[in-house]
Amino acid sequence: MSVSAHETGKPGRSFRIDLKTAGPLVALIALCIIGYSLNPAFLSEGNIANILTRSAFIGIIAVGATFVITAGGIDLSVGSMAAFIAGVMIIIMNSAVEAFGVSIWTVLLGCGSSLILGIGAGFINGFLTTKGKIEAFIVTLGTMGIYRSLVTYFADGGTLSLNSSAREIYRPIYYDSILRIPIPVWVFIAVAIIGWVLMNRTAFGRYCMAIGSNEHVARYSAIKVDRVKTATYILQGLCVSLATIIYVPRLGSASSATGVLWELEAIAAVIIGGTMLKGGFGRVGGTVIGALILTAIGNILNLTEIISNYLNGAVQGVIIIAAVYLQRGSLRAGKRKAAE
Amino acid sequence: MANAAGETAPAILAANRISKSFGEIPVLFSIDFDIHPGEVHAIIGENGAGKSTLIKILSGLEQPTSGTITYDGQTVTLPPNGEAEAMGIVVIHQELLLAEHLTVADSIFLGRELTRNGFLRLREMREQAAKILDTLHVHVDPDARINTLSVADKQMVEIAKAISRDARVLIMDEPTAVLSVAETETFFAQIRRLSAKGVAVIFISHKLDEIMELADRVTVLRDGQLIATVGNQDLTPDSIAQMMVGRELSNLYPPKHEPDVDAPLLLSVTNLSAPGLKEISFELRRGEILGFAGLIGSGRTAAAEAIVGLIHRTGGAVELRGAPVNFTEVSQSVAAGLAYMTKDRKGKGLLLNVGLQPNLTLLTLAKHMRSGFLDGKSEVKALDRAVRRFDIRARDASVRVGQLSGGNQQKLMLGKMMESEPEIIIMDEPTRGIDVGTKQQIYHIIAALAAEGKAIILISSEMQEVIGLSHRVLVMREGRMAGVLEGAEIGEAQIMRYAAGIKQGGDDERISA
Repeated sequence: MSVSAHETGKPGRSFRIDLKTAGPLVALIALCIIGYSLNPAFLSEGNIANILTRSAFIGIIAVGATFVITAGGIDLSVGSMAAFIAGVMIIIMNSAVEAFGVSIWTVLLGCGSSLILGIGAGFINGFLTTKGKIEAFIVTLGTMGIYRSLVTYFADGGTLSLNSSAREIYRPIYYDSILRIPIPVWVFIAVAIIGWVLMNRTAFGRYCMAIGSNEHVARYSAIKVDRVKTATYILQGLCVSLATIIYVPRLGSASSATGVLWELEAIAAVIIGGTMLKGGFGRVGGTVIGALILTAIGNILNLTEIISNYLNGAVQGVIIIAAVYLQRGSLRAGKRKAAE
Repeated sequence: MANAAGETAPAILAANRISKSFGEIPVLFSIDFDIHPGEVHAIIGENGAGKSTLIKILSGLEQPTSGTITYDGQTVTLPPNGEAEAMGIVVIHQELLLAEHLTVADSIFLGRELTRNGFLRLREMREQAAKILDTLHVHVDPDARINTLSVADKQMVEIAKAISRDARVLIMDEPTAVLSVAETETFFAQIRRLSAKGVAVIFISHKLDEIMELADRVTVLRDGQLIATVGNQDLTPDSIAQMMVGRELSNLYPPKHEPDVDAPLLLSVTNLSAPGLKEISFELRRGEILGFAGLIGSGRTAAAEAIVGLIHRTGGAVELRGAPVNFTEVSQSVAAGLAYMTKDRKGKGLLLNVGLQPNLTLLTLAKHMRSGFLDGKSEVKALDRAVRRFDIRARDASVRVGQLSGGNQQKLMLGKMMESEPEIIIMDEPTRGIDVGTKQQIYHIIAALAAEGKAIILISSEMQEVIGLSHRVLVMREGRMAGVLEGAEIGEAQIMRYAAGIKQGGDDERISA
């Protein structure tokens, strides 16, 4: 039988992948039910807004990580990069306040420098992995250490605090809402939508999948592999800088403890969402849900007494392993169910 | 013509009515094969004749679907995964399986290291390795790292390894394909020494002259059937070739339409050099099929990759429609109307874990964009077109490409190339590992493309294919052009002479057959 034009579209494909796609979503819903039954306050508007806002940082970074991982790379430097960008932003804004006084431009200057730093840092990671031909793991392990130590150095081992009057202007970016939805959540939504379109509706996303699935095939198919890979790291840097822009007004400070382990949380969100760590298959939607799951776990542990909040990491770890096991074992599980 | 030699000693290893199918595709039909101690037994046949499968079965890497293996007079089931080595059946694969960073001595004892109380006896292994290398008259330092050795020396290390395992049957897949003439001589001496010691040697080769020189008996396979096992004294290169080819070719290949003599010149390559390639020159006209023949590793793929910019050229010039070009990326050559279809469809040609559509359009995604976004409908249409044009058969479009048959993968790859609407297409082994029916389809597609006015370079190790399709044939050997054949000169014997190095040189020395 030959393939006919009408069969080639979505219908045939969607059913199979739908089961997999739905997995993280089902898990999130289950988590919400558990959360609600343990403490009805879990589904209060305030708490939901809280979960969404907190997941925005990791979520935005994880959307970028989805591209890096899909294209077969990895970026371990995002947490340190966020701390570094936050530190430099604060330094720049503070000196701007000293030189020109406080205005909305102070904050815009800070945001602009954040974007430039993020793009630059991403480019360095991309350039070293592609042109330098060093494994991404090693490059980003190196830059991770560099950024972390730089921010500690700038803060002189302590904390960099934003000038209080500048912070007054900057505050609303984290604390205000538009249409009852907090601004960080809007940013998260925008990044997620743009990411989804980029991954699924543009040549760039297709190229990322092709490179992650087989770099040789990509090269033989006229894809500029180095350029696309570098672009994924730049995108990652951009996402980190956006996350930092909405993170800084939250505490108004940066220290060596800022963004610690964010890289692992971002990677965990990506993996829980169904993207393959070895590359070749990426799901931005899944990543968003993955980030929500991670935040929801911590939130539920905060709201209940059953499990100590100190075990947050352990529960997250179990969830990550279980999620990946279910994705890998989905075929076997499907057969077993069919047999029953 | 049955067993002519070696009736005296009993066979050490024998296959009795062996058949093998992969899924529903039969590849071997009821093969009988035997080898005696001290015998050198060659297996020959075209690509896809089943030679590799046969040696895999003889070494336990594959189990026969039916039939039995006799070793030392006893019916045995050979253990898989190379464990037959412990029984004395050692295989040396074409792509030598040596860990590049180990030393020679490490490699020889790999997997059966000498130890005392759990610690390696390094000095003893070194000394023994040196002794084995000595008996082989091989001058390799036991402490040298494998990656510093030449291919020929690596092969010697493999042989030393086999000897250290007390091999009684040594099986080699195209051992001389990567060796120079001088290295081949040393290698032959080695084989004779081994067979004098009573080791049975089975080898696959495409080089008729070396089979004549080395083998006591020759087994000819064709399309998975045993054609004959013949003693050396009853052989001539012609009789071997006849047995190898055998089939009627007339209906397999479409009739040739010679291109017009004044057809415009599309591609002209002058003294092209690159790593593994020395001073290749040729011209290609509209509507012409230029065959590239030669042994594996003779530089045909390197030539193609140097032209399209996959490897960097070190010298020479390429002109496309009279204008000099120097591509450094595939995207440039594709944009210029020159497409290269790789021979490694699983490793470099197709994404095996996705469906048909993303594969088909990967090379030409820019064609399916509308204001920056991918136009799914346009991609679906393209797939529909390609499916009809190239008769790609799949259960439905969501099937992962890795699950398609080799023939359908090949047709999909052809579709992918043709999506870029090239004027010049370089096809590297376009029918490797696919069944005869699909081969015939692809041959007709190639001929039709040429008739439409495309210019085609056909790289193939299947000589019949080159002969059956090409208007001209360029024969390569060791990275150089060995000769160019035209019209009635195009024939198996002639190509073989150039490819195997019996006949040398360019146009000036060319002698008609």
